Amino acid sequence: MTSIIHVENTVATMAAELKTMIAKRQIDNPVIVGIRTGGVWIAKRLQEHLELADAVGELDISFYRDDFTRIGLNPSVKASSLPIETENRHLILVDDVIMSGRTIRAAMNELFDYGRPASIVLAALIDVGARELPIQPDVIGHQAHLESDERVKLVGPDPLQVELRKKGQS
Amino acid sequence: MPELDEHTPVLQLNRFDQLRHFLTIDGLSCQHLTDILDTADTFIEVGSRSIKKVPLLRGKTVANLFFEASTRTRTTFELAAKRLSADVLNINISTSATSKGESLSDMLQNLEAMAVDMFVVRHAQSGAPHFIAESVTPRVSVINAGDGRHAHPTQAMLDMLTIRQHKGQFNGLTVAIVGDILHSRVARSQIRALNVLGAREVRVIAPDTLLPVDVESFGVKVFNDMSQGLEGVDVVIMLRLQKERMEGALLPSESEFFRLYGLSEKKLKLAKPDAIVMHPGPINRGVEIDSAVADGPQSVILNEVTNGIAVRMAVLSMAMSGQIAELAADEEVI
Repeated sequence: MTSIIHVENTVATMAAELKTMIAKRQIDNPVIVGIRTGGVWIAKRLQEHLELADAVGELDISFYRDDFTRIGLNPSVKASSLPIETENRHLILVDDVIMSGRTIRAAMNELFDYGRPASIVLAALIDVGARELPIQPDVIGHQAHLESDERVKLVGPDPLQVELRKKGQS
Repeated sequence: MPELDEHTPVLQLNRFDQLRHFLTIDGLSCQHLTDILDTADTFIEVGSRSIKKVPLLRGKTVANLFFEASTRTRTTFELAAKRLSADVLNINISTSATSKGESLSDMLQNLEAMAVDMFVVRHAQSGAPHFIAESVTPRVSVINAGDGRHAHPTQAMLDMLTIRQHKGQFNGLTVAIVGDILHSRVARSQIRALNVLGAREVRVIAPDTLLPVDVESFGVKVFNDMSQGLEGVDVVIMLRLQKERMEGALLPSESEFFRLYGLSEKKLKLAKPDAIVMHPGPINRGVEIDSAVADGPQSVILNEVTNGIAVRMAVLSMAMSGQIAELAADEEVI
């Protein structure tokens, strides 16, 4: 299957936008945190572009999802790993695909359990719309307009490709 | 306990082969046990955060029903439930209505009427949690926190987690369990778990008076002599001498027991140099273990306590998840 976007080029554009934003908002020494699994891949690419001092943090939001009482526990949950103190730090939160916004809500709740960040900037590779919460990324790589039976999936990590799939396909 | 364990494995799994109660290690596969250990690993990370709490069981209620005294198990179950954001009821049975003549099933029905989602049960009678799991509604999960001489599955799993942390895997390990095997539900669950997870050899070291008659059928190698039994082992698990369960003269004296089956620094030298020393607690210093060993560099006794919280968080969330999946599937059928 072919990728609907050139991921590396898109990430490079996102990195340039983030750089401008960081300078404009006078954000000092931010930390990148990716949401597993795809968000971490994108976060690592952005980290290389931005040449930040700290290692990429990895969030697994399974314990913070709002649908536990409907679908139960994610059987492949892994421990989150934030290698640095996030208290009072500026964070760049990264995910591969943003849709309802519920994942970002869960991720922000989790981040606050590690301490009070100075600020959070949100970057997403692909925005497919269909928001259910008042959450909007600061940096978007690509706006996708999907039919109701379509969804996108980032596969990787080498190479990174965005595949368009029909619902029901895994 | 063959008649008990024949049905329990089916009872504790839902139609998707997931835990919905946790009553015994028996009947669970290597994959089931590994899933519990992997999930517990992720909760260890939660315990190291400044805010040691996740919202997974928010709005759920867990009742600790301890019909038998316990400090460590009850408090770690309570902490586990609280760190999952559940509400916790600690029912002190000796002062509760059962002492006013209320029957057990009446008490359980009252708790169900209060919409309690999970019962954590400790009972002196083997099979009590199994009996409760059979009689509750589909909206309750039962976790065995130790029943009679039968099973103590969360203790066994926290021990397995501790072994895996220190030894990496179970293949090739020789594990010795020393002391009062006869009265020990912990030993029964540990032996089962070690065999399922693929330990090379499980040894029990005890005098014949403290061994069950059919002990060899558990899949263990029996040693009466501690020096022989400790030779080259990777893990030494000491058991507490359960004086409160002993009837008649099973032992000559405590000092004689320590001389023959107590773990001293000298005896520990017979095990591998990197062997770890474990004990489910509470420890009787100078009876089954020397203080120098219990507090020494090879002791992982306090790691076990920390791991107990993570394992109980894993089991509580997995059983709740299994209950939810089963209820959702029931609704679809209707």
